[in-house]
Formats: sequence, structure tokens, C-alpha cells
Amino acid sequence: MTSSAATPFPHRHLLGIEHLSPDEITALLDLSDTYVDLNRRPEKKLARLRGRTQINLFFETSTRTKTSFELAGKRLGADVINMSVEGSAIKKGETLIDTAMTLNAMQPDAMVIRHSDSGAADLLSQKVNGSVINAGDGSHAHPTQALLDALTIRRRLGHLHGLTVAICGDILHSRVARSNIQLLGKMGALVRVVAPPTLLPVAVERLGVEVHHDMVSGLRNADIVMMLRLQSERMKGAFVPSIREYFRYYGLDRDKLAHAKPDALIMHPGPMNRGVEIDTEVADDINRSVIREQVEMGVAVRMACLDALVHQTIERPAKVATP
Amino acid sequence: MTQKVAYTNARLLDPASGTDAQGGVLTIDETIADVGRLFVDGVPDDCRVVDCAGNCLAPGLIDMMAALGEPGREHKETIATGTRAAAAGGITTVIASPDTRPIMDEIALVEFLARQAQKSGVVRVLPAATITRGMAGQEMTEMGLLAEAGAALFTDGYRSITNAQVLRRALSYASTFDALIAHHTEVPELVGDGVMNDSETATRLGLGGIPAAAETIMLERDLRIAELTGGRYHAASISTAASVDAVRRAKDKGLRVTCGVAPYHFSLNENEVGHYKTFAKVSPPLRSETDREAIVAGLADGTIDVIASHHRPEDPEAKRLPFAQAAYGAVGLETSFLIGLELHHKGQVPLLDLLARYTVGPADILSLPQGRLARGAPADLVIFNPDTPARIDAAAFQSKAKNTPFDQRPIQGEVLRTVVAGAAVFEVA
Repeated sequence: MTSSAATPFPHRHLLGIEHLSPDEITALLDLSDTYVDLNRRPEKKLARLRGRTQINLFFETSTRTKTSFELAGKRLGADVINMSVEGSAIKKGETLIDTAMTLNAMQPDAMVIRHSDSGAADLLSQKVNGSVINAGDGSHAHPTQALLDALTIRRRLGHLHGLTVAICGDILHSRVARSNIQLLGKMGALVRVVAPPTLLPVAVERLGVEVHHDMVSGLRNADIVMMLRLQSERMKGAFVPSIREYFRYYGLDRDKLAHAKPDALIMHPGPMNRGVEIDTEVADDINRSVIREQVEMGVAVRMACLDALVHQTIERPAKVATP
Repeated sequence: MTQKVAYTNARLLDPASGTDAQGGVLTIDETIADVGRLFVDGVPDDCRVVDCAGNCLAPGLIDMMAALGEPGREHKETIATGTRAAAAGGITTVIASPDTRPIMDEIALVEFLARQAQKSGVVRVLPAATITRGMAGQEMTEMGLLAEAGAALFTDGYRSITNAQVLRRALSYASTFDALIAHHTEVPELVGDGVMNDSETATRLGLGGIPAAAETIMLERDLRIAELTGGRYHAASISTAASVDAVRRAKDKGLRVTCGVAPYHFSLNENEVGHYKTFAKVSPPLRSETDREAIVAGLADGTIDVIASHHRPEDPEAKRLPFAQAAYGAVGLETSFLIGLELHHKGQVPLLDLLARYTVGPADILSLPQGRLARGAPADLVIFNPDTPARIDAAAFQSKAKNTPFDQRPIQGEVLRTVVAGAAVFEVA
């Protein structure tokens, strides 16, 4: 543990990575480490958020992120309510703001939101009193995913600074890519994006990344290969001609992986499309793939974020972890 | 009983004649009777006197594109509120955009709007009619009959006619009546799911981008068609440096083409979107700083003929949404000229040239007698002080809608009095 004293965390909301300083990111990751240890014990429950209410407001279907946030809140002792779009007033034409105002009247301390529109979490944060955590908004940001990816990498390789990370696939539509580019860049890693031009947003190089259109140059000597999900509706001629052509040039298989460092880690935010962006053999390689580890880190990182936001400070990890 | 009004002690600004001089204006009933160094030996007894106290007196402004809500969108704006907003902004003639409900593609509707305007409007309202039925981009409207019924120009609002043959025939046919075709220029397929300028900002915000080329490709096509047909073509709202160049080249070639801009395209850039500010969501989108500078240059050198408010009132519900879902558009009747004055204060466009874009520019394109201080012209006037420090206050707008990106912007300039057909329709208290 590097942090030894309480770090102020003067943020009410976690909407993206851009507002976090490298020190704050480090402190969050240190705290997350503590929670990883806690989560591996039989008795997992703390009282850090006892008496607090957390609402998970998911306008997009999600299994792992919602479960992860739910567990995170519960393990800190919060009362957690899940609201998904099915069966909610949104289907009856209520707007995001109306829903937010209604829920806000119930005095939640934290609201976790996922929405298919970029900026939805920003909009929500302007209207509620409690903390808002962005669990993914459109193509904009997914900050807890970037934090959990960073934690996974740091626990495996010991540091983030100086690493070469290749993010491959549908960068254009990916909030995971945007948040990772920001976070890894802030922490001193070299980030490459690897994709056909149709799947890259305009001026992506201005985000401080190296742009590659082929996997061989993109993966060369990479420490980390991060694959992104390509949604099936985008593969039928709109952005790439076909699944088989995409897999041929951009799917991660043994041959392409051979260009990365011999011990390079393979990551994926899930859910995976096996045989589209990643070969099953590679995805399941227990020496290289940290995909399941990412899921484990997710709970710890979300605990750290909820804790830090609600208390507006990051306590010394040792103190937090003592039950 | 004739009404004579003497406007004295004015700084007369008339772009049509290039006048910038001390003097006065005499109006008799609805018409300007005399302009110049008047009332040197006093004002005749039968005149009512309006002492301009050294302020500027110019022709009333002409707005070539504003949505007035009627018929069908009265919850967003009405002719009464929209024309009061116009009057407060120094505007005396408004071309009402035809994207109403129902869409303005029938003679009866044009006549209806003209009647409504007579009843409840405080400034002149001239209906625009659509180029194609239902703005569907397929079949031409009865342009001759619509023009006879009072349609001032033809436009499909914020929709582009993608079928080149349809636009070709429309331009060709309209030339029979010397009617003006005003066109929104965007290739819809290149707009796609874009909602703001395609740029680093869009990438950072995770918003779909609209490339500048989406506009310029359509515009370049249109200019070729204008050349082919000889029709009178007006690019309604351009936003990019490449578009300014395209129009400039077309004019150099001698084509009968003109173009307009909205105030936000010379005063704001894409950064205004900030963190998903939906009041900055307009069509075409706010562009890069380079584009904005090119628009200013186009206004200065006369490539751009017209500044139109592109007033698009929206209720809060249509704007309080995630950016991609929010409605396009900003209100502009009350701010159009005040924002334009910034170009004068920055020394980028001389005051007389700037006024031309609001007066004689649109008047000549639309063959209107107003927009000039001349004997026999309609007595449509605006008196303003270009220097008064102020702040734009959306809450005080006459318009029903408050969706402006300029709220609380510090400005210099104040409209003091607006006169339509010899009668004051707006006066600072």
C-alpha cells in the first residue's frame, strides 16, 4: 500500500475520468486493493455505508455491471435498490429528468446510472442531491471500467507508468476505450488504438494515442492487449463488411498475439463475442487472459468509488479494512 | 387624418444608399416621406416629434427565416409572441418558416397564415412556402399560385432535397416566376447519427459527428444545379469555411446565388456545447473556430448576403434531454441584431455593412420595397444605441421560448424603438 494518510476526494460525482488527478486515481486504486482482500474473506460486509441508500438506474440492459455495483453497495452496508427500464415509467414516456427528480425525492445518497445516450449521467448529476456514478453513458465514458482495468493491470505488472497498451476494435462507439485512453494516459502509459478507420472516431490522435490500422504494428511489443466488443449490428456491412473479414484482420488469435510481448496480458470488458473479436483459445488462456480477474476487480473498484464519493475523502486503507 | 411623424436628431444609417449622417426622417402614415438634413429650421406644427437624441436610425430589419409556431406549434410560439419578440429585436419583417403543422404547402395555408398575421402580428409577416409537398423532397408545390397567394420564398426548412433531379426541376420551374429557392444544405446520410460538429470535441463527448463536408458537398451540388438551371438559389444557412469559399467562387462566376448565416455561426464555435449544453444544439451544428472566422470574413467581404435569426422556439421538455435526443434550434429574434453588433464592436464588419446583411441584403433578394431609408419606402424603422452595455436575459424575452445559447452574455447595444408602417410597435420603457 502506497497511501498512508487520508486523501481528500473533493468530487460529488464520478462522471468520467477527466476530473480525476493521477494522485486521486492512485488513491482509489490503493483503496480498491484493500477491498479486493476484503472480498476474498468469508465475511465480506463493512459498515462504511450503513444507513445509506444507493439506487442503480439502468436504462440499458447489463448483468455484470449492475450486479457488480449492487454487490459493492451491499458489501459496504448500503441499502441498494435496482431499477431497470423494463417495468419502469420510462417506458410510459417519462423523461430521464422526470425519473431522476422522482427518485431524488426519495433521498438516495448515490445513484448509479447507465444510459444509451452520451451525457445522460452529466444531465442526471445536475438534478439530484446525492452522488451520481456513471456506469456507462452512450459512447462517452465508463470510468469504473477504466479504474478496474487499471487495477487489474497494476496488480499483475506492479505499475502503469511506461506500459504499452493496445486497445483494439470498435473505438468509435466505445465508452470503455475513451475512459481507458484518459486514465492510462494520465498514469503515464503509452496507449495505442488499433482498428479499421471506420471504427475510429475523428481526431482520435488528439486524445494522445498512437493510431494503428493493423494488428501487427499495433500489438508490437505491447504489454497489454485490450479487446473491445463489436456489436453484431455493426458488422453487417455498415462499418465492416463481415464477421469473417473482421476476425481475419482484427480478431485476436495466437498469430496476432505473437507480436505482443511474450507475457502480454489479454483483457476484455465483456461480454465477449468469441470468434468475432477474440479467439476462444486466447480468451481462455489462464496464463495470459485476465478477463475474469477484471470482473473480480470490478466489485472492489466500485466499493472504493462509492466509499470515496459518499465520504468525499479516501481513508487510509488499513483503517478501512479493519472490520 | 394623416399622421406625420418627425424623427429628429438621428444618426441616419442606410446601407442601401451608403448613408451614415446626422439628420432626420419624416413619415406620413405608412410611408417614408423624406430623409436627410431635415427640420433644420424646426419641425412643422402638424408633426408628432420623436427625438432620437443622437441615436442610430436605420431601416427596420428583415429576418429571412424564423419559426412563428402557427399553425400547429402554438405551445412553442405564436404569431403574437413571435412578432413581439421580433419587434423587441428591431425586426420589422419576418419570413415565417414553413415547417408548420400542417406543413405550409397549400395556398389555403399561406392565406391562413397571412390572415393570422394581420390579426395578431405586430410586425410584417411574410409566409414562406415549401419547395416540395409535405417537405418530402419529391413533388413540387404549386409555386406560381403560392407566390401569388403571398409566399415570399420557397424552402423545405431544415430538410435538404436529396434528389438532385427534384431540386433541378424546382429551380428551373421557379425561375419562371423569378421565385427564390432557399435550401438547407446537408447530406442526410453523412449527418447520420451525428448531432454536433465532427471533431475532437465530439470524440471526447462520445457524440456522433456531422462532418463539415456534409454541408459543403450538398452546397457544391446545389451550385452546379443553379448554374445548370439559371434559377435563383439561396443557401439558407452555411456554417463552414469551405461553404464560404464555394459561394464566393460561384459569385465570381456570376451565378445568381446568395447565402445566409445564423448569428450563432459567427459568434460561437463548437466549444459552446461544453458538457452537453442542448441550447447549443443547432442545425447546421456549431463548427470549429476556423470555420467561425471564415464566416466572419464572408460577412465582411460580402460573400454572405444575409443574417437571419433562424429562430426555432422549443419548449423546455424538448431541450431537457440527453444531447442526442434533444431538439435542434435556438430562439434568435430578440438577439440576432445585438449579437451581430459584436462584429462592429470588434472592428470586423463596419456598421453600415453589418446593417446591410439585415436590411437591404434580404430586401433585394426578396424584391421587397422595405429595408431602406428612401422616399416612398414603407415607414419601417429601428432606433438603436449601438453602445449601451447590457446583458442578454432570456427570462425577459417576449418569445414564449427561452432556448438561447446567449443567455447572460454581456453585449453592447440596445434597440430603443421599432416602427412598422409608421407606428411604434416596440419602445424601451
